[in-house]
Amino acid sequence: MNNHPSSLSCPALSATDRERITLAHGEGGRLMRRLLHERIFPAIGGVGLQAGGDAAVLSQLAGEVVFTTDSFVVSPLFFPGGDIGKLCVFGTVNDLAVTGARPLWISLALIIEEGLDLEILDAVLQSIRMAASEAEVSVVTGDTKVVPRGAADGLFINTAGVGVLVSPRFVGPAGLQCGDELLVTGPIGQHGMAVMVAREQLELEPCPTSDCASLVPAVEALRRSEVPVVALRDATRGGVAAVLHEWAASCDCTLAVEEESIPVTPEVRGVCELLGLEPLCVANEGTMVVAVREGFGAAAAHALRSVPTARHAALIGRAQKKGLSPVLIQRGLGRYLPLDEPAGAPLPRIC
Amino acid sequence: MKFLDEFRDPKAARRLLAEIRRAARRPWTLMEVCGGQTHSLLRHGIDAELEGVVELIHGPGCPVCVTPLEAIDFARELSLRGGTMLASFGDMLRVPGSRGSLLDARAAGGHVRPVYSPVDAVELARRHPEMQVVFFAVGFETTTPTTALAVRQAAARGLENFSLLVAHVRVLPAMEAIAASEDCRVQGFLAAGHVCAVTGCEEYAPLVDRYRTPVVVTGFEPVDLLQGILKCVRLLESDRPQVANCYSRTARNSGNPTAQRLVSDVFEVCDRAWRGFGVIPQGGLRLRAEFRRFDALLRFGPASLPVLDTTQCRSGDVLAGRIKPTACASFGMLCTPDRPLGAPMVSSEGACAAYYRYGGTQTLHGAPRP
Repeated sequence: MNNHPSSLSCPALSATDRERITLAHGEGGRLMRRLLHERIFPAIGGVGLQAGGDAAVLSQLAGEVVFTTDSFVVSPLFFPGGDIGKLCVFGTVNDLAVTGARPLWISLALIIEEGLDLEILDAVLQSIRMAASEAEVSVVTGDTKVVPRGAADGLFINTAGVGVLVSPRFVGPAGLQCGDELLVTGPIGQHGMAVMVAREQLELEPCPTSDCASLVPAVEALRRSEVPVVALRDATRGGVAAVLHEWAASCDCTLAVEEESIPVTPEVRGVCELLGLEPLCVANEGTMVVAVREGFGAAAAHALRSVPTARHAALIGRAQKKGLSPVLIQRGLGRYLPLDEPAGAPLPRIC
Repeated sequence: MKFLDEFRDPKAARRLLAEIRRAARRPWTLMEVCGGQTHSLLRHGIDAELEGVVELIHGPGCPVCVTPLEAIDFARELSLRGGTMLASFGDMLRVPGSRGSLLDARAAGGHVRPVYSPVDAVELARRHPEMQVVFFAVGFETTTPTTALAVRQAAARGLENFSLLVAHVRVLPAMEAIAASEDCRVQGFLAAGHVCAVTGCEEYAPLVDRYRTPVVVTGFEPVDLLQGILKCVRLLESDRPQVANCYSRTARNSGNPTAQRLVSDVFEVCDRAWRGFGVIPQGGLRLRAEFRRFDALLRFGPASLPVLDTTQCRSGDVLAGRIKPTACASFGMLCTPDRPLGAPMVSSEGACAAYYRYGGTQTLHGAPRP
């Protein structure tokens, strides 16, 4: 199984020797208490988990509260550039960040399939700890359930996140106007292709790597630059195309992008060509679409490029007068053609 | 990216467009045979660039699209029988039969598995000895060799629980059927480059001689397509119908003899019903006698339910090049990629999906889109 982190494989232990999750680990008795106290609290307690209580008591906030939740069912659990642990922290943190909030607290609910190797659980918990500490959020509450073999696929995670809205607020996509400029913060489609290649065990060289990362530094860089931001959105499932369509539907403009300006790594381009996929429709987990007011695109790109995760930020297009098609793309021959909205994700279970 | 960027180079493409406009002293009507070519033409807006110069009729080269409803219905029926697992390519699973698609069948409890290769279906059969695994084998000459390989592997392993629902088709007889039809408007063919990589280019010579229609073996990138169109226009303008190969980096004149041998060892030519065409003489392949024990139709057939054909979907006319997708009253209204009435709206090679996705010329000029 490629669910096992290769760096943790231990040749001295056969599969049967490994410690595994059993149904009893989720049944509230001694085994469950040991699981919590010996594995979960030590791993992530350091970032704020309040051991023992039924609920977290949080301090009062100076500002409007932003609240979000997301579930993670990615297969395989480990993929180049990340794993379900990193994903479940940054996914929720990014939802808060692009809404204009400073992320503060997250909850962590684990749904574990009976038989999961405890080493895998440990590795995921480590990764949650590192991601939470990087994003400066505390895991303040959580839950653990074990379901019979076959009722889940290894490990499912739900996180919910709370943040406080930072002023000034972003205008939001409904406020997009003709001339507004569109950017992406980095090469697109990396997460979806990395998961796909890992799942299908395609032996490609070089292999795509997930962009899974916190968007907080990029959002902060934009704020510091004082560029008038209209809207931000992390381009997860459905990719950049889905974001553009969603924005176009909520404003009175057509959004037009230039294929040539959109950064795509050679690895992603190669896999997309091979599988007949459109990189614009492939998921990202640390790349967002940014809309700023006319004339501020270059300044926004400059500000973003000061952040390591957004160093390849690029201006990709603009909002224009509403036409027949909500989203247009200029391809090689120079003609603007409609860009279709992805019907569904081309690849299931990527996050 | 090597082998891609040079064939998408906008400067080269624009130069070729100008050359085509110069070379064509009258409007010509060409058919690109393969659905992959249709998608590329529309994706890059080549059809629109050539409006009034070259009309492109979209050919039947979408294997999923020409698969008859009967076959899809039977596959669906098999998937819903206990103990039988149906495996096929992703596109095939989404194509509606007369009683729903294979994915609908899966939602209703049917055993349906997407696979990337017929060989994966053999592996499924090996891993699930308790199930009968049926591979729904669709595809042109490009896919047939891997199906033949799967059959050989299943035979070598003595797998009793693997079989095929064979819907493999041959492209040349379909081109002949189009050229021979009374209302044929096609003056030249852009042959499917990847099919020719297997079959070679020589087998088109009798077609060219009989109908005086040039056949240009053409690739899939914008520059490939424009080179093919230019060559075809030049052959038409100089009235020199012949077979020309504009995709020599992939297709050799004699094709791939190893793949050809593999196919002819396992399959033999037969007449086959195509959606939109009816029965095309020699239009398909069936298992040879020594492999016929792998034929799912013999093992499980025949189908028990009648086919319910719909009159709202004109995919047959689209596939035969009689109408453009936008001429169908259901296009974009009753029929969309989310709720397709016919296979061409589903498949990554289907002409209707290409028009919907890339907004073919007609769509841009005001046909309604939801």
